[in-house]
Amino acid sequence: MVQSIDRSQGRHGGVVPSPAVSETSTGNRGLQLEERLIFEYAHADRSGVDLPPPPRVKDRLGGLRRRGAIGLPGLAEPQVVQHYTRLSQKNYAIDSGLYPLGSCTMKHNPRLNERMARLPGFADVHPLQPQSTVQGAIELIATLADWLTTLTGMPAVAMSPAAGAHGEMCGMMAIAAALAAAGEGHRKIVLVPESAHGTNPATAAALGFTVKPIPATTDGHVDVAAFKAALGPDVAAIMLTNPNTCGLFERDIREVADAVRAAGAYFYCDGANYNAIVGRVRPGDLGVDCMHINLHKTFSTPHGGGGPGSGPVVLSERLAPFAPRPWVVRDGDAWRLAEEDGAVADTSLGRLKAFHGQMGMFVRALAYMLSHGADGLRQVAEDAVLNANYVMARLKAELTPAFEGPCMHECLFDDGFLKDTGVTTLDFAKAMIDEGYHPMTMYFPLVVHGAMLIEPTETQGKHALDEFCDAMLHLARKAKSGATADEFRAAPRFAPRRRLDETQAARKPVLRWRPTNRGPGDDGPLRQAAE
Amino acid sequence: MAKVKYTEEHEWISVDNGVGTVGITDYAQEQLGDVVFVEVPEVGRTIARGEAVAVVESVKAASDIYAPVSGEVVEANGTLADAPGNVNLEPMGNGWFFKVRLSNPGELDGLMDEARYEAFVKSLG
Amino acid sequence: MRYLPLTESDRRAMLATIGVRSIDELFRDVPQAARLAGPIEGLSAHMGELEVERLLGRMAAKNVPAADVPFFVGAGAYKHHVPASVDHLIQRGEFLTSYTPYQPEITQGTLQYLFEFQTQITMLTGMEVANASMYDGSTGASEAVLMANRVTRRSKAILSGGLHPHYRGVIETTARWQGFRTVGAPADASGTEDLAGLVDKETSCVVVQNPSVFGHVRDLAPLASACQAAGALLVVVVTEVVSLGLLTPPGDMGADIVVCEGQSLGVGLNFGGPYVGLFATRDKLMRQMPGRLVGETVDADGKRGFVLTLSTREQHIRREKATSNICTNSGLCALAFTIHLTLLGEAGFTRLAELNHAVAVRTAERLAGVPGVKVLNDTFFNEFTVKLPRPAAPVVEALAAKRILAGVPVSRLLPDDPSVADLLLVAATETVTDGDIDALAAGLKEVL
Repeated sequence: MVQSIDRSQGRHGGVVPSPAVSETSTGNRGLQLEERLIFEYAHADRSGVDLPPPPRVKDRLGGLRRRGAIGLPGLAEPQVVQHYTRLSQKNYAIDSGLYPLGSCTMKHNPRLNERMARLPGFADVHPLQPQSTVQGAIELIATLADWLTTLTGMPAVAMSPAAGAHGEMCGMMAIAAALAAAGEGHRKIVLVPESAHGTNPATAAALGFTVKPIPATTDGHVDVAAFKAALGPDVAAIMLTNPNTCGLFERDIREVADAVRAAGAYFYCDGANYNAIVGRVRPGDLGVDCMHINLHKTFSTPHGGGGPGSGPVVLSERLAPFAPRPWVVRDGDAWRLAEEDGAVADTSLGRLKAFHGQMGMFVRALAYMLSHGADGLRQVAEDAVLNANYVMARLKAELTPAFEGPCMHECLFDDGFLKDTGVTTLDFAKAMIDEGYHPMTMYFPLVVHGAMLIEPTETQGKHALDEFCDAMLHLARKAKSGATADEFRAAPRFAPRRRLDETQAARKPVLRWRPTNRGPGDDGPLRQAAE
Repeated sequence: MAKVKYTEEHEWISVDNGVGTVGITDYAQEQLGDVVFVEVPEVGRTIARGEAVAVVESVKAASDIYAPVSGEVVEANGTLADAPGNVNLEPMGNGWFFKVRLSNPGELDGLMDEARYEAFVKSLG
Repeated sequence: MRYLPLTESDRRAMLATIGVRSIDELFRDVPQAARLAGPIEGLSAHMGELEVERLLGRMAAKNVPAADVPFFVGAGAYKHHVPASVDHLIQRGEFLTSYTPYQPEITQGTLQYLFEFQTQITMLTGMEVANASMYDGSTGASEAVLMANRVTRRSKAILSGGLHPHYRGVIETTARWQGFRTVGAPADASGTEDLAGLVDKETSCVVVQNPSVFGHVRDLAPLASACQAAGALLVVVVTEVVSLGLLTPPGDMGADIVVCEGQSLGVGLNFGGPYVGLFATRDKLMRQMPGRLVGETVDADGKRGFVLTLSTREQHIRREKATSNICTNSGLCALAFTIHLTLLGEAGFTRLAELNHAVAVRTAERLAGVPGVKVLNDTFFNEFTVKLPRPAAPVVEALAAKRILAGVPVSRLLPDDPSVADLLLVAATETVTDGDIDALAAGLKEVL
């Protein structure tokens, strides 16, 4: 039996009943409002949209008209607005406060970006309109591409990947294509450090590569000696995150890049942490062949509860010919999208997505870049790194840093300070919820025991960092004082829900509402208990 | 009384009349935590020693189960579909995964006996 | 810099606390040669909101928005009216600026709407289980083929000639680099292809689109039977999800996996993205599904709550053994979709579908009266194919010059297939007025 361990945000763990809490008759607690499912408002004939009666025509459905009802509930607009407003109030968000989720870069999302993305000239144009009617939209893609290549010091960029993982797929496909074109298809090994994001090995394996893990040194960097020993004529590429998932810059990156190139392999850089160096260091100067950029991390497009993202991939000269379709080209005074019309090199790896990429995210990212400018982006990296080091400096009084020395945009602690307290990293995180914070990333990277990865981002001020550090220090001291483990295990107590039973959810999956699940009447009292 | 043998991947096999019953050890189920799903091999499938033949999932981990011996699957534990928790409750009993008719009983010699397996687990710390 | 709260005195104080003299010391692991001394050259300096608005506003103004002209462009993305409250609600910061709901105690909002979304998708498609969304319809279709390969342990996918050529392209790209075979049927402009004969014991799945990219509506039950007999899966793609308000759902016709592009509800055109992929299947295939899933459970006090579940299938746990490398879904677009559908409800959604069909029928009847124009479809929902007396691409350009966006010339999708050069895809939704239809008919008459 070989295990793959959950490196997630600790969504499991012991469930401890709370001390008796006096319930209200509604289940609501002040501003914390319970909300039923839309299906429990069952009134099929009500609608929140007024539409004219359809003109009478002879239908052309070929006898395939739907028989029977769909089962959708009907709500009027005020009910809909109330429903989703109540739901929204059960979420923690960047707009609510510090969201120190390491490796996720929860920075402020400027609202100007939202306004720009909604300009009808961007939001209300169709991907297949005649190109003469969307010249400004193509120009926007070209302008963003120019910013990305200039910032990274790379010659080309593929814009269509829909997210970071999709960008990884694109980059690794480009490498596979380049190897095939050079008759080097026998190179089947991809080296991936043990501290890598799970997407790296998943992507490499999906493309038929064999993943070979490279260990980390005790100071949190990739083991260069082990890496060099693994290089050989069968190695296709290395996938390296820099700054790495321990929040450290791989100081030997040039040496790694040179060795990769000398061995005839390619260097895939996972750009998930590019925000730490944007405007200050150009990955092109570090010898990388391709790097995906999460626009939703470095360039502040909203995370939206888990997407949509956008993952353009910058490419080196030797990978550029293999970029996916379509491609923006300049024809005299006009912009053109080269699609499947022979204008794109035959060497292209193919099409990755129905249309040209996440345009709505492109607009937001460009608005962010223009707002900051080259000078402001540099400041972004500096403040992000300064904030993380400040948090590290303040917390090391009570918490145990995983590694010595300065970190980049995030700081990493292990659970050494919780030894013999009976409190786990998970319990500590849940206690943070009661203190009003979203927990940091837990149990990732795997190379550190009970990891706590804190990324404050540059959009938090000193006052907010101090309050956060005070709360963290308080919890650490409380845990170490002993006899409070039960309290930690019972946390969170003040959130909309207490710890949830993940075992039940996975053993008997209930993935949809069914009419028989339970049935409060349309306006009857809402019972939350699910007996 | 059938003899029980163990693998370094924490599977056990108990052989009786040329048919081995396979499951995971108590140590393994404890490492996994609450088991939520088990995928067992279909009856009639020919399996080779070391081949990934079953999957066990807990809330926090997913693990492949490797065949401790070669042979043909003659029975699979259908009750785990509704009661995966049996792997936690009785890993060496009702939590068994599948039964295999051994094609090369000599392979058993390469596995650990109980004393050696216990020592092995202890060495893992 | 309006987004950066630190002041110079903050920075000095913080450096002192850290115990370094300069920011540069914190970057000391970066090779000296790669540390840039000043801002990167060739890019502008920071700007105020007003300046950014002017600059981007100028770019936006060069485009022709769908709402400004008679608009008949479809082929995988459709112009629909989105109620005002949808955009208001998705811009609530608690939705917009929240991350993947890893901490369920403080993300019940996201988890509950995704649970509701999953339920709505099963209802629309006639399937048993749905995930919490994919990037878009095309990548969802590609994931469906990978899933079918896993389930059947086979590696040959048959792609219908009615499947959107870009979807086919995405699947073929995946096939090429992930190592499985595809058999693509020729373009099926007439809506008469019969794929049943191609299905054999090596086939993992057949991918068909309904309505097809040419607009035809087909009964897929016979193909489903053929698939079932051969042990293959039937993957049904729907690029216009509004059609499900009026048509027999794929689940009722025997589909094993249904993938839809959900852009039509809530999302808008956005020049191609972001969109939202809908993915549904049968209960028995649940654990082979890609993507995130939300499930119902209870908390420590016994109250109903929702969590991400079955996540051991995902890349962050299974790493190289994951069902897919995807880690994000299209959460905010899924939210827009589910809010729009909740506003519509049963009555509104079915009426919207009726309205689309009726407008399209009127458009088709009108165009059939234009000399030289032939409507190829007997059946369709809100999009159909017309054959023109000459190549469609320059006709579309000529009409665009008259500010009429007439549709998608099939040659844009299949540039290498001369047999489709004269074909034009025309979509008509509830946003098309009688005046728009008049303008299109009159414009066509002029330019042909």
